[in-house]
Amino acid sequence: MIRLEARTSTPGWFNLALPLLAIGATLVLCSGLIALAGAGIVEAYGVMFSASLGDSYAITETLVRATPMIFTGLAVAVAFRAKFWNIGAEGQLLAGAVASCAVGAIPMPGPLAMLLMALAGAAAGAAVALVPATLRVKFRVDDVVSSLLLNSVIFYALMALIEGPWKDSFSGYPISPPIEDSANFPVLLEGTRLHLGVVAAFLAAPVIWFLIARTTLGFRIRVVGENPEAARYGGIHVERVLISTALLSGALAGLAGVGEVGGVHFQVMSDISPGYGYSGIVVAMLARLNPLGVVPAALFLAAVMTGAEAMSRATGVPAFLSDVIQGTALLAMLVALLFTAYRVRRVGTAR
Amino acid sequence: MPAPLIEMRGISKSFGAVMANEAVDLSVAPGEILGLLGENGAGKTTLMNVLFGAYAPDAGEILVQGRPVTINSSADALAVGIGMVHQHFHLAPRLSVLENLLIGIPGKSGRIDRAGGLARLNEIGRQHGLTLDPDLPVTALSIGEQQRLEIVKALFRGARLLILDEPTAVLAPTEVDGLFSALRSMAAQGLGIIFISHKLNEVRALTHRCVVLRHGRVTGRVDTPASTTSSEMARLMCGHEIVPPARGPSTPGEAVLTLDGISTSRHSGMALRDVSLSVRAGEILGIAGVSGNGQRALAEVISGIRAPDAGQMTIAGKMVARFSPREVQALGLGRIPEDRMTTGLVTNLPLADSMVLPRIGTGAFSRNGLLRPDAIRAFAEAQIKAYDIRCPGPMTRAGALSGGNLQKALLARELAFDPKVLIVSQPTRGLDIGAARFIHEKFLAMRAKGCGLVVLGEDLEELLMLSDRIAVMYEGRIVRTLDSADATIARLGLMMTGAEGHS
Repeated sequence: MIRLEARTSTPGWFNLALPLLAIGATLVLCSGLIALAGAGIVEAYGVMFSASLGDSYAITETLVRATPMIFTGLAVAVAFRAKFWNIGAEGQLLAGAVASCAVGAIPMPGPLAMLLMALAGAAAGAAVALVPATLRVKFRVDDVVSSLLLNSVIFYALMALIEGPWKDSFSGYPISPPIEDSANFPVLLEGTRLHLGVVAAFLAAPVIWFLIARTTLGFRIRVVGENPEAARYGGIHVERVLISTALLSGALAGLAGVGEVGGVHFQVMSDISPGYGYSGIVVAMLARLNPLGVVPAALFLAAVMTGAEAMSRATGVPAFLSDVIQGTALLAMLVALLFTAYRVRRVGTAR
Repeated sequence: MPAPLIEMRGISKSFGAVMANEAVDLSVAPGEILGLLGENGAGKTTLMNVLFGAYAPDAGEILVQGRPVTINSSADALAVGIGMVHQHFHLAPRLSVLENLLIGIPGKSGRIDRAGGLARLNEIGRQHGLTLDPDLPVTALSIGEQQRLEIVKALFRGARLLILDEPTAVLAPTEVDGLFSALRSMAAQGLGIIFISHKLNEVRALTHRCVVLRHGRVTGRVDTPASTTSSEMARLMCGHEIVPPARGPSTPGEAVLTLDGISTSRHSGMALRDVSLSVRAGEILGIAGVSGNGQRALAEVISGIRAPDAGQMTIAGKMVARFSPREVQALGLGRIPEDRMTTGLVTNLPLADSMVLPRIGTGAFSRNGLLRPDAIRAFAEAQIKAYDIRCPGPMTRAGALSGGNLQKALLARELAFDPKVLIVSQPTRGLDIGAARFIHEKFLAMRAKGCGLVVLGEDLEELLMLSDRIAVMYEGRIVRTLDSADATIARLGLMMTGAEGHS
């Protein structure tokens, strides 16, 4: 018989081992689906790997794909640290994309345009996140529900915009007009899509880590998340900290939208995000809410997404496998987290 | 002598390098109340968790009525007639008393046997005086009633041996009497009881026999607790004599805290009604009262958590203009909270974080919004050393420390900043004698240094020992303030029930 016994302490190497364990379990579990689809498991994972990490171009594509998920992963990690349950990174990303696209369409010098796009996108994301945060602080509305439902509101508002007043008159498709060419983010490597936003994402992770670990705001976020009562008695303005956290989280998610507009699509369309906001939750959980862990976690999911398309073409396994892997990875991580609090012990059976 | 109900032989259990229990022998006979004594960390809870199936012992065996058994879970424990009432209750708050009893009890053909449950509940209530309204939700029960429900739950499941882990720590003195008479009635009907407590007078009054643990081993057995002195038992627990600290004379100075006509609305619990008091430098003011008579509101107002609706407060001669924890702290108030785990510290973060929490924004621990990790660490390390806080280091999760060490940490974080006035609620609740003694000494040392202290509590012996004056609270008012020379436990006890009003 196997039983769980409470742990008194958690070894440090768990932080690294648990995500790897979760990923390993995910790949094993999902191999059943590959077999069901009639493909060879080794071959399918092989194609996935080579298409996402096999050569330098594939790697740049994975990096580009990881960028929005680094931002949304950071957004979720920051929010969850304060136990502000921001499930709304998707909507905040879309709001950031719309705002930055609107600013980028105004003719002005390139660097200025890019700066203003980032500011506008961050502000729009923050404004959206402010809604569930205010509802929670003022009226005790559940933030999971309000931030989640707001995603649909924003998505359909975006659809209404690009089907209606903001429709690109030149192409006639339900897409927004493009941003100015001068506002396109510079490409770092000729012949790839590796844009400035990728660098920004990789810089954002250590910055956010520093903020959480080394500033008084970060301290307050951590304390409010772990014990709001002790925070209040300790003279911390809990509501103010929650609002600050929401603004920061929303701004980061908004930046994910900025990167997609400025570096990848140059305009807004309805499928600008294939759920990067939701993937951010998986990323943050795999990273155990550590901003530095967000980068490798986002790279993993990006590799799965890029690889899944190639695998689908080569083996006929539907690309939806990528979504299954994401979902399974989240569940596997949640299960793995159990081992931080409990150890498994084999015992004899009761007589 | 009847055969033992349960017997533990040579039980050992270690966690890593720590031996929590080493070759412990223990037995309980039917009808016997066994006291299990020991300081925090002596291994009492671990031993009981082994008996109740939460931990598997590394060595040793457990016998129930002479037959060896293996207990791997609480279900196994219940199956052999062992029930446990934990310090923290395991109840479903939104379900009723009866529903809580029936959780996990298989009914007939998939249906819950409410009528049968009700009959059993009434029978148990009649037998031991443990009456409960079956339809009330747990949220509507007082702490004492919730504990009663836990006891009934164990009996309902057929427990022949009941383990109670510090049951009196959460009870008011009047509730303790009710618990004791129920336990005596259960023993009289042949049940065995293991009673874990720090409070020696309770152990002496209730138990038939005691086992004393120290560092995981049995260091003493007392066959006649009633006729053994408390200091003798304390010596067995600590390994040395415990002498209560003497409160020397002091010459109180200026008033450091005054409340004038403070009233609050009924927000949660009892409201304050026109409370006035003053504490002078070098003086300890005890505030006695059955809990729930406004102590919580009083502590919240003084700590700046809640603004009063009427009245004024001064700290060190300055009027408190805005009631906030930061404001009163800046004026020189220190605070040791009643509930260490919920309002004091952050159990999931490093101990150092909890130790700097109230002053994180000050220059001592941060500058321009940036933390000073070295200063934080150095502060925590210095306090850990100065107060002999037992832990691996400042980065240890606060929740991993024992209650006594947490209380020392909270004391250290306040005293390090030389407060002019210190407000303390239930300072030694749940602490063992050694730790309590340490806390008392620190309070008296603060008094000698000219700090004014307000000590709220229900432990009258402690209040009498510490206080220069004692105010009695009843229904949100201070009914009377006595010099402690004029106060006796009997007199205070009477005043706490409202019997001796303004006179």
